[in-house]
Amino acid sequence: MSGGDAIPEFSKSKSGAKAGDGHEVSLTNLSAFASGPGIKSGKEVAAILAVAVIIIGGIELALRLFHVPLYIMPPPSSIAYALFDEFPLIAPHLGYTLVELVSGFTIGAIIGLVLAAVITQFPFAEKIVAPYILLLVTTPMLALVPLLILRFGFGYTPRIIAVALAAGPMVMINAATGFRRVDSAKIALARSYGASTLQIFWKIRAPMALPMILVGLMIGAIFGLLTAVGAEMVGGGFGLGNRLTTYSSMIQMPQFFAVVLILSTLGILIYVLFFLIGKKWASWEA
Amino acid sequence: MNTGDAKKPKLGVQAATKIYHTASGDLLALDRCSLDVSVNEIVSIVGPSGCGKTTLLWSMSGLHSLTSGEIRLDGKAITGPHPDIGIVFQEANLLPWRNLDANIRFPFEIKSEKPDRAWIAHLLNRVGLDGFGGKFPRELSGGMQQRAAIVRALALKPSVLLMDEPFGALDSFTREEMNRLVEEIWLDTKTTIVFITHSIEEAIFLSDRVVVLSARPGRVAKEYRVPFPRPRSLEIMATKEVFDLTNRIKMDIVGERTRPKAPERPSAEIVRIRP
Repeated sequence: MSGGDAIPEFSKSKSGAKAGDGHEVSLTNLSAFASGPGIKSGKEVAAILAVAVIIIGGIELALRLFHVPLYIMPPPSSIAYALFDEFPLIAPHLGYTLVELVSGFTIGAIIGLVLAAVITQFPFAEKIVAPYILLLVTTPMLALVPLLILRFGFGYTPRIIAVALAAGPMVMINAATGFRRVDSAKIALARSYGASTLQIFWKIRAPMALPMILVGLMIGAIFGLLTAVGAEMVGGGFGLGNRLTTYSSMIQMPQFFAVVLILSTLGILIYVLFFLIGKKWASWEA
Repeated sequence: MNTGDAKKPKLGVQAATKIYHTASGDLLALDRCSLDVSVNEIVSIVGPSGCGKTTLLWSMSGLHSLTSGEIRLDGKAITGPHPDIGIVFQEANLLPWRNLDANIRFPFEIKSEKPDRAWIAHLLNRVGLDGFGGKFPRELSGGMQQRAAIVRALALKPSVLLMDEPFGALDSFTREEMNRLVEEIWLDTKTTIVFITHSIEEAIFLSDRVVVLSARPGRVAKEYRVPFPRPRSLEIMATKEVFDLTNRIKMDIVGERTRPKAPERPSAEIVRIRP
């Protein structure tokens, strides 16, 4: 569903074969900000809704037709009812998860951004630090949660630390890529007007890095959400992750899926938020 | 050439030498290059590619330091970027995240100065960019981008304008249009201009003087006065004098590599290709 409806069919298929031409929808692609899931016409929206109705209706019908038990797969209608019915009980947990996500992400993102900005100024230091950053990016920070719980107990602290540890390196590695994009002509332009190092950073390097920074923030936030929910599933009696384990242990599948639905919505909202920010501030890239 | 004038040079280059220290050894880019540019003069620097034209210009701008030698503006040695010198870069070098207005405001932001709105409006009008202030660089054609870059460079009212192959990326029609625009602006402001180009036609059209640099290491090989009156029409540019001058400069540059052969028609024997 990418691209406008004005694009003739042959060029669509041609562009689909070529990578990175701005027509693919990808989290890591800069051009995601320019094209993205560009739903433009009412016709497209109607088509998407129609597909959704057919899929959901089809599942509902099939589950009821074959008498699938509720604990194996609840029908969409019962999930919707559970979402509506249980929401007052789930809402506080949504709040806890959001607190962990927002505070952990903020801490991680700030540290990641500052480190990226500093480290890219010193290429030698960057070379030495790079393997460790890679280690931080590739290690699932969830693995540390049991340890963090031993040290910090079952409160917010271990979760916020885990979220920060998951989001920070993602933000950092992408922001560093952005800061490394040196355009010597633009820096020369600023220098020709007598710009200081700090001015060059804020007026040239930072805006040039912005698209990559936004990609990093988006990926960091989504990884943060995953880690927050995972950490909640490990221990502690609150948060959406805790609800998942609780409902599944009580075989309350409609409620379980209602929580899953809330989590997907959160993920989509994160994506849309950064997509809109990118469209506003980084669309010059394309 | 210019030594008859009593006035001191606006921009004086004395024995400018630049050595680049690269991984594959030292590279002598400029070798004792000397040249004077008078007040209100337009001087073009032409030469084979890689001859150090851009190095020389960047040294004049204070963005590069010389290995030895000196560049003086109004008699004072240039040690770094100077507020009296404006630069128009290769390609337009606009900041893509800023619209046109914000791009032209950029130098003032760096200097924490208030932009001279009336002057900028006058310049925008002069180059035909009225009403384009809200557009982003990607929304403008190459020619329009370069006009905006010229406005940005002139906005601070520099007394010297350095132009580094500014129209190299433009098509030939747009290029001619831009050349006329530079001449108009010069007639208007009388800014001293040093113009780097690889187009001899462009150099002759614009300049009072064309300086030919030799192949690396860059030295001043020759200088030509261009005596034609301004504004220079297409008719003047089509005269035999211009044609001859163009050819002489071309020979200076091309002759650096391949000494001209005797101008007789090549016989069949000469063009025979040996296995």
